[in-house]
Amino acid sequence: MKKKFAWTVIALLMVMALVLSACQPAAEPVAPQEPAAPVEEPVAPVEEPAAPAEEPAAPAEEFIFGLLLVGPYNDKGYSQAHYEAGEYVVANVPGTKMIYLDKVNTADRPGTTAAQLGEELIQQGAKLVVFNSDDMKDDAVEFTKNHPDIFVIHASGDTVWTEGENYQALANMANLMGGMEYGKMIAGCDAALHTQTGSIGYLGPLINEETRRLASSAYLGARYCWENYLEKDPADLSFRVTWIGFWFNIPGFTEDPTQVANEFINSGADVIISGIDTTEGLVEARKATSEGKQVFAIPYDFVGACDEAPDVCLGVPYFNWGPSYARYVISAMEGTWKSAFEWMPPSWEDINDHDKSAVGYLSGPAMSADAKPLLDQFIAELAGGLNLWSGPLNYQDGTEFLAEGQAAADVEIWYLPQLLEGMEGRSE
Amino acid sequence: MNKSRTRSISLLFQLGGLVFSLLFVSIILILVKSQPLEAFRLIWEGATGNATRISSVLVVWVPLLLVTCGLLSTFTTGMWNIGIEGQITVGAIFTTGVMRLFLETSLSPVLVITISILAGMIGGAIWAGLAGVLKTFGGVNEIFGGLGLNFIATALNIGLIFGAWSRPGVASMSGTEPFPEQFWLPTFQNFRVSIWSIAFAIIGLVIIYFMLQGTHFGLRLKAVGKGMKSAFRMGIPTWQHMMLSFIICGLFAGLAGAIQVTAVYHRLIPSISSGYGFMGLMIAMLINYQAIWLAPIALFFAALNIGGIQLPIVLKLDSSLTGVLQGSLVLFVMISQGVKQKFLGRK
Repeated sequence: MKKKFAWTVIALLMVMALVLSACQPAAEPVAPQEPAAPVEEPVAPVEEPAAPAEEPAAPAEEFIFGLLLVGPYNDKGYSQAHYEAGEYVVANVPGTKMIYLDKVNTADRPGTTAAQLGEELIQQGAKLVVFNSDDMKDDAVEFTKNHPDIFVIHASGDTVWTEGENYQALANMANLMGGMEYGKMIAGCDAALHTQTGSIGYLGPLINEETRRLASSAYLGARYCWENYLEKDPADLSFRVTWIGFWFNIPGFTEDPTQVANEFINSGADVIISGIDTTEGLVEARKATSEGKQVFAIPYDFVGACDEAPDVCLGVPYFNWGPSYARYVISAMEGTWKSAFEWMPPSWEDINDHDKSAVGYLSGPAMSADAKPLLDQFIAELAGGLNLWSGPLNYQDGTEFLAEGQAAADVEIWYLPQLLEGMEGRSE
Repeated sequence: MNKSRTRSISLLFQLGGLVFSLLFVSIILILVKSQPLEAFRLIWEGATGNATRISSVLVVWVPLLLVTCGLLSTFTTGMWNIGIEGQITVGAIFTTGVMRLFLETSLSPVLVITISILAGMIGGAIWAGLAGVLKTFGGVNEIFGGLGLNFIATALNIGLIFGAWSRPGVASMSGTEPFPEQFWLPTFQNFRVSIWSIAFAIIGLVIIYFMLQGTHFGLRLKAVGKGMKSAFRMGIPTWQHMMLSFIICGLFAGLAGAIQVTAVYHRLIPSISSGYGFMGLMIAMLINYQAIWLAPIALFFAALNIGGIQLPIVLKLDSSLTGVLQGSLVLFVMISQGVKQKFLGRK
């Protein structure tokens, strides 16, 4: 009796397995690995000369590039900006195909390294691999050395910058970075023009050279507009930076950005500038505003970031990687690749020109009518050559950074060792 | 019913568990409009497709195997060593700390690596020992004690990475400054896996197998696990054996952490344990605490981990699906064991 039952169970299992495999959707052509098929085709049908012409051997020459994204591809932030840049390349450079892997970090993909995951992209045919985060620097360099036949773009890196502190000659690597300092200055100005309490919170990611210079840029913009447009005393402007420890929230490992945003709000800040890849600052600002306490936010990275909470969004400084990626993909395809470091300022004719400008600033619905002309004036001044990275300027600890009339060199900005005087928060 | 028949029925039930978990994952795949067979093929291909992938699987296999070896020791005395994650982490912290001490010295790298790995083992043993002390002297259930110690280990790790051991001018979850190459466990040319870590894994497995199967000590551990009181009456010093089982487990977990630092990441990172501790608990349950099955099942889990990377790249599926497969496998095998006991009335 019992034996019979056991066999019934087993038989049932078998039947279910069979049924299930039969139920599968009819095998559709598997997209990712198709390059072999069309090559065989033209050989056979001699009587059918038309067929091969209709289907040119394009896929065989298809140039595949791969993206390694540190966060989710749809994070409404840094990684999505890269993902959409990849789509821009596919749309604008014929014969290209994108593959990608997101959440490339050791918390989301335990036991792996970015270099290892890059190799998986090569296995899928990638000839060019983008490492999109500073977090991947060591892996990007290791990978570039191990694969001299693969082109590598390390976004935000400085490895092949001849003037840089970490210079290494790697012929197959390029470093690209948008001149986000300008975007952050505009964001800072926007924040200063809207704060009623005179208190701005900067939701910082991890602490390094890049994040110090971006937070400081926001401060410089805020201070300039506070002092020159609103004619207020810079001493009355509070600019506080709190770092969460990574580019986005990793529960258990980083500070919770939602909590940090709330601390800002509870301690009187009414504009939150985000330096992280995700939109917690915006979300919390909306929550506070709906509870009757007007708080604005300025997200970061991605042109569509305001959509998360348009009512409280003043604007967003964003990266537009598409045009530069397209240039490098074309150069890799045409054999004209050159290793280079590019720190790309906005295209001042129109910083929101998606075919030209590497960084932009998109004003959000919450922007007030009074502030709008002032912000436009600020952008025009920057376009006209206003340099806020000039003296007199002190480091946070009071030591002199730039003397009166002295302008900072690129390396001094890129490798900013401390926050600036007047900013609150950890420098390292 | 004769013995071989019981065994084959038992095997059939385990296979039934496997089939059910595959079915379960297949249903999920169909619900998200993917083809199960294609997904399984990709996982298989992603884990075994070429030498690089096989070596990546081995990179996961080694710590997974070591951790589970350790867990067999605590399971034998009837302990649920949930604190295993923290023990791996503390092992990694000790390894990193000791290596940092010797970086500037003229000692040979081989010696430094050896000392650092030993330090990692000691670190893991200390952390496991704490869980044991809480259990035996504090009366704190090892599950709660272990959970607490996991939190403390993570906090300590992050504190060090973000603070005292951070890179100059940097405070980032990316981890500490990578060690110079001469302090890495040597790997095969162009591959990620180290012959040394594989050797450690095999030696560890042999040790735990013979300790549990062939020694008087192993027998006493089993007696403690079967029944504390009767073991005590038989003259076995029970708390000492429980402590020892924890410390043995900690040594293995610490070694796994040390290998993560010296052979895989070459630095300390926040998620240095990579979740291998919890995965090891699943493996131990799946193999019904029999060391003989450990190597292949750990290899299977490692292969799922590595092969699963293909899912997001090719099918745009989340690779945590392989985690679902692993978890449901354990669940269904245990359910099928329960069903078998209920209807066959036998173990």
